[in-house]
Amino acid sequence: MKPKPYMNPYLAGVLLGLLLLATIYITGRGLGASGAFKSLIVAITNMIAPNHASEAMFFKEYNASNPQGPMINWLVFEVIGVVIGAFFSGVLANRVGLKFEKGPRATNTARIITAIIGGLLFGYGSQLGRGCTSGSALSGMAVMSFGGIITMFAIFGSGYALAYFFRKLWLK
Amino acid sequence: MGPLVPYIISNEFNLIIALLIGIGFGFILEQAGFSSTKKLVGLFYGYDFTVLRVFFTAGVTAMVGVILFQHYGLIDLNLIYINPTFLRSAIVGGLVMGAGFIIGGFCPGTSVCAASIGKMDAMLFVLGSIIGVFIFAETYPLISDFYIADNLGAPTMYEMLGISMPLFAFLLTAVAISAFVATWLIEKKVRKVNEKISKQWISRYAFASIVPFVIIAVVSFFPSKQDIIQNRISEAKRQGKCVFHEIGPDKLADEIVHHYYQLNVIDVRTPEEFEAFHLPMAINIPLTEITDRKWEDLFKQQVKTNVFYADGDTIVRMACLKANFVGDSKNKILNVSALEFKKMFFDITPPDFELASKKEINEYNFRNEAAINMIQLTEALKNIGKPVTKTIVPATGGCS
Repeated sequence: MKPKPYMNPYLAGVLLGLLLLATIYITGRGLGASGAFKSLIVAITNMIAPNHASEAMFFKEYNASNPQGPMINWLVFEVIGVVIGAFFSGVLANRVGLKFEKGPRATNTARIITAIIGGLLFGYGSQLGRGCTSGSALSGMAVMSFGGIITMFAIFGSGYALAYFFRKLWLK
Repeated sequence: MGPLVPYIISNEFNLIIALLIGIGFGFILEQAGFSSTKKLVGLFYGYDFTVLRVFFTAGVTAMVGVILFQHYGLIDLNLIYINPTFLRSAIVGGLVMGAGFIIGGFCPGTSVCAASIGKMDAMLFVLGSIIGVFIFAETYPLISDFYIADNLGAPTMYEMLGISMPLFAFLLTAVAISAFVATWLIEKKVRKVNEKISKQWISRYAFASIVPFVIIAVVSFFPSKQDIIQNRISEAKRQGKCVFHEIGPDKLADEIVHHYYQLNVIDVRTPEEFEAFHLPMAINIPLTEITDRKWEDLFKQQVKTNVFYADGDTIVRMACLKANFVGDSKNKILNVSALEFKKMFFDITPPDFELASKKEINEYNFRNEAAINMIQLTEALKNIGKPVTKTIVPATGGCS
């Protein structure tokens, strides 16, 4: 079966905005994503290298501020929800299935390496910038946060500035 | 009044809410096409601006909602999480993320979304992100000075620009809508196809773009909930319509001694004045704080009578009026000042027993006894007579 077309972007935007508004009204916080990665890596480190986790500053601080454990965390539950919601939407629209997406000129090896390196940079940057596109840029914009909006401009500005150098990855 | 967590919704239930919100979040992202890396990077090459459209529409919708809720007192902006600004790390972090975006083709939220429907490149991106966080954790001691440099607190954009909140909202909405039109033109050029939007859709889009401006206008030109309360109070005052239930000092003393559990004695003076002297069993709510969320329960309950007192007649009446607008509890005002009360009971001078009338002697005996009883009562109930004070916890958030 052919995949169904995507939703009208403005309609999706309004729905996402209302969801974000509801999130702020109910919980007082915005949406997020990268924080769940942090919880996960702290949980893994606690499990396989407990000595390191109790010594290294980052893990020590995180564990001290999360006495219930790194996985009992709002963002962890939210991201589990994202997995369920996205899968459900994919099923409805016939888009589920193992697939490897890349630009028309990019080799498989190049895409594998760049996907990992891109993730690595994003993961690192999200910690430095205290939030990613969801937690800092989108949620920051909703509450008109100065830092959030600055980070948003930095993300998209740097994306545009570097786009030319990585055009072979994506364009014909 | 929002946020509902942690007093209306518990922190445990909040996790279930997180799961439900996440389901909605993932569903919308996937429906919008954010599960495809080609659609995401299209933004940077001008062939697909879906990301910008969804992102800005969502941001503007939520922002306009937030200012509307704030205007009508549904949400307290002081309690919701506003991302803190550490200028240097916000900029450098953003630049690094932008590089990750164009190289990897995803951002964290969208990569999770794409991985969920089986995109293997997205799974690799997620793996990379987790490693990236780990590298940050390991290098944290080296860069922690940089990480906490230029801490500006949590300012908002309109504070930094020195403009009003509605004006900023107006500007951002105008920028967003102009960007929608501009990107539509760019997209047409890059794709080299002449897509026409039907007249019906043009009018729909036009109508939709008016909505945020109408809301911003409402916020700018119509009185807020606080203004409405103030107006009603001054209106009622002007027309002389206010009815105050007064209570006399002897009656109050008697009530305190015998029915203290049916009363909230509320001192509306400043904390310093309260410290210096206050009535037995009294709690301190300075006039300026009466409409604060933490006292709401006090003015919405029907069980106890609230008795207000201060040193000035105007202050105590203002306090009582404000409380009347918060809830529908029974509110009374003490018709003497705190200092008079003190003089009548605690600094009482015995009358000349030979010359005084029987009435005066009875009054003295009653007041003296009441004072002793009130002191004993205060001692005995030091800890249980106090209402449970709520500490208001600002919400945490972001990706921290």
